[in-house]
Amino acid sequence: MDASTWVAKRTPPNALARLFDYKPFLVAVCLFPAVGLLLAFLTYPLGLGIYLAFTDMEIGGNGKWVGLENFEYLITDPIFLNSVWNTMFYTFVATVGKFALGLWLALLLNHHIPFQSAIRAIILLPYIVPTVLSAIAFWWIYDPQFSIISYVVVDQLGLREKYFDFLGEPWPARWSLIVANIWRGIPFVAITLLAGLQTISPSLYEAAMLDGASPWQQFRRITAPLLMPILAIVMTFSVLFTFTDFQLVYAITRGGPINSTHLMATLAFQRGIPGAQLGEGAAIAVAMIPFLIFATLFSYYALGNRKWQQGSKDD
Amino acid sequence: MTDARTAQAALNRRVDAETSGGVTEAEGPQLLSWDSRARRIVVIYIPLVIFLIVLLFPFYWMTITTFKPDSELLDYKNHNPFWVAAPTLANIKKLLFDTDYGHWLVTTMWVAIGSTFLSILASVLAAYAIQRLRFKGSDYVGLAIYAAYLVPPSILFIPLAQVVFQLGLFDTSFALILTYPTFLVPFCTWLLIGYFKSIPYELEECALIDGASRLQILWRITLPLAVPGLISAGIFAFTLSWNEFIYALAFISSTENKTVPVAILTELVSGDVYHWGALMAGALLGSLPVAIFYMFFVEYYVSSLTGAVKE
Repeated sequence: MDASTWVAKRTPPNALARLFDYKPFLVAVCLFPAVGLLLAFLTYPLGLGIYLAFTDMEIGGNGKWVGLENFEYLITDPIFLNSVWNTMFYTFVATVGKFALGLWLALLLNHHIPFQSAIRAIILLPYIVPTVLSAIAFWWIYDPQFSIISYVVVDQLGLREKYFDFLGEPWPARWSLIVANIWRGIPFVAITLLAGLQTISPSLYEAAMLDGASPWQQFRRITAPLLMPILAIVMTFSVLFTFTDFQLVYAITRGGPINSTHLMATLAFQRGIPGAQLGEGAAIAVAMIPFLIFATLFSYYALGNRKWQQGSKDD
Repeated sequence: MTDARTAQAALNRRVDAETSGGVTEAEGPQLLSWDSRARRIVVIYIPLVIFLIVLLFPFYWMTITTFKPDSELLDYKNHNPFWVAAPTLANIKKLLFDTDYGHWLVTTMWVAIGSTFLSILASVLAAYAIQRLRFKGSDYVGLAIYAAYLVPPSILFIPLAQVVFQLGLFDTSFALILTYPTFLVPFCTWLLIGYFKSIPYELEECALIDGASRLQILWRITLPLAVPGLISAGIFAFTLSWNEFIYALAFISSTENKTVPVAILTELVSGDVYHWGALMAGALLGSLPVAIFYMFFVEYYVSSLTGAVKE
C-alpha cells in the first residue's frame, strides 16, 4: 500500500489492461463465476425439476412425458396428503414456538447482564453444530428404554408410571420432532432479534418511562413496532427453512412410525433417491414451490416496507 | 451496539440512583418494582439459566455418553446417569480405529475448503461488480442472487442428482464442491455487498485518478479493507459446508467418499442394535471442529448472522 513502491511498479497500459478497464467486459468477467455457478447448479436444476415432475423418470433411465399423472397419483396417495398436512403443522407449531421462546430469550439478553457476550456465544452453539449430529443426540434422548427424560420423570420424580414412547407412536413422534426443531431454531431467532433490539434507541424507553409507561406498554408501543421489520425477515427465512426441513426428520425418525412423520422433503427423498422414482420425487418437491413463492413475496414486501419506514431512498 | 449497551447501563444506573435516592413508593411504583433485585432474579436470571441448561443439555449428554463404558451406559439403577464413574476412551478408540472416521474427516475438510474457496472467489467478484462497478440493472442482478438464497436444497436435490449424474461427478467430492456454492454464493455475496458499501468510494476515486486499473483497485484497496467481511463470509461458508447434509446424502454412495455428518448417520447405525457410545463419540468429534473454529471467530459469526439479516 506504500505510495512510492506502487508508483514504481506502474507500467504503460497494454491491450490486456485496457480490455480489463473496459467496463462492460469487466462486469461480465466479474459476474461470470457467480452467475455461471448459479445458472448451472440452481436455475437449470430448478427448471429440470419442474420438467421431471411431469415425467416418469427413474435413476439412470430415460423418462417420458406423462403429463399430470404424477400429481394425479399423489393427490390420491394418503401418505403424500399426510406429509403435506404434517409439513404445515410442523412449520406452524415450530415457528410459533421458536419465535415465542426466541423473542423471550432476546429480551432477556437485552437487559444489562454480566457475561453478556459469553452467554450470547454459548447460545449460538445449537445453530453452529451440524444439525444431523445434534439430531442424533436427540434420538438418544428419545430412546424408548434409556431416555434420560423418562428416567427423570418416572424413576426420579415418579410423575408417571410408564416410560415415554417418544418415537413409537405418531403423535408423540411429531411433538418430539417439533421440540427438537424449536431447540435448534431458538438461537438463530434470539441472536438476530437481539441485534434488532439493540438498534432501538434507549432514549425512547427513557421517554416512555418518564411518561409512566408500564413494561408491557413499552414492549407493545416501542419494542414491537420497531422490531417488526427485522422480525418479518427472520420469520420469512425461518418459515422457509422449517417448511423444507429434511435433516432432523431424516435423522430422528426417517418418516416413521409407519410414514406418519414424513415431511414433504423427506418423502421426496424417500421416493426419489432410494426408491429411484425421480419423477415422483420431483413432483413432491415441485408441490412445495407455491408455498416458497408466497414466502419470497412476503419477504420482498417486508424489505420494501422497511425501506419505507426508515426513509432511505436507495439502499 | 456498544453505545446502546452503555447508554442502557447508564440509564439503569440512573434509575437505580433515583429509586434509592428517596423516590417514594407512590411516586415511582413501576420503577421500584421493575428494578428491585429479587424481581430481577425471578424475571431475568432464572429464565436465562433455564434457557442455557435446555440449550446445552444435548451437548452435555453427548459428551457424557461418549465417555461412558458399556456397563454404565445402560444401567441407570446402579449408576447415576448424569455422571461417569469410570470414564473410558473405548468409544473414541472404536470410532477412530474401527471405522473410516479419519477418511471421512479428510473428505469433509477438503469439500468444505474447496467449496468455501470457490464461493468466496465468485462472491467477491460478483459483489464488487454489483456494488462498485454499478452497471445498468446491477440492482436486479443483486436481487436475483438474493432470490437464489430463497431456493432451498430440499427442492433442488432430485434434479441436481440428475445433473451430477450426467456430468459424471456422481459419488465424487467434486459433486459437492460444485453444488454447495448454490447456497453459499448468495449468502456470501450479500454479506460482501454490505461490507463493500461501508468502504468510502472516495478511496477508489483517488486510486482511479492516480491511474490504477479497476482490478488493481479491487486487489489493493477494496479487498484489504474488506478483510473482516471476507473472514465472516469464509467462516460462515466453511461451517455451512461442514454441516451440509442432503446433497452429501443424495450424491455420495460409497463409504469412503462420505462426509462426517452423513457417514455417522448411515455407517454407524447398523441393524437394530444402536451403539450409542460410538454414535455419540462420532457426533461429538464431528461437532468439535466447527465448535472450536466457532470459538475463535465468535464475533464474526454474530456479525455475519445479524448483518446478513439486516442488509
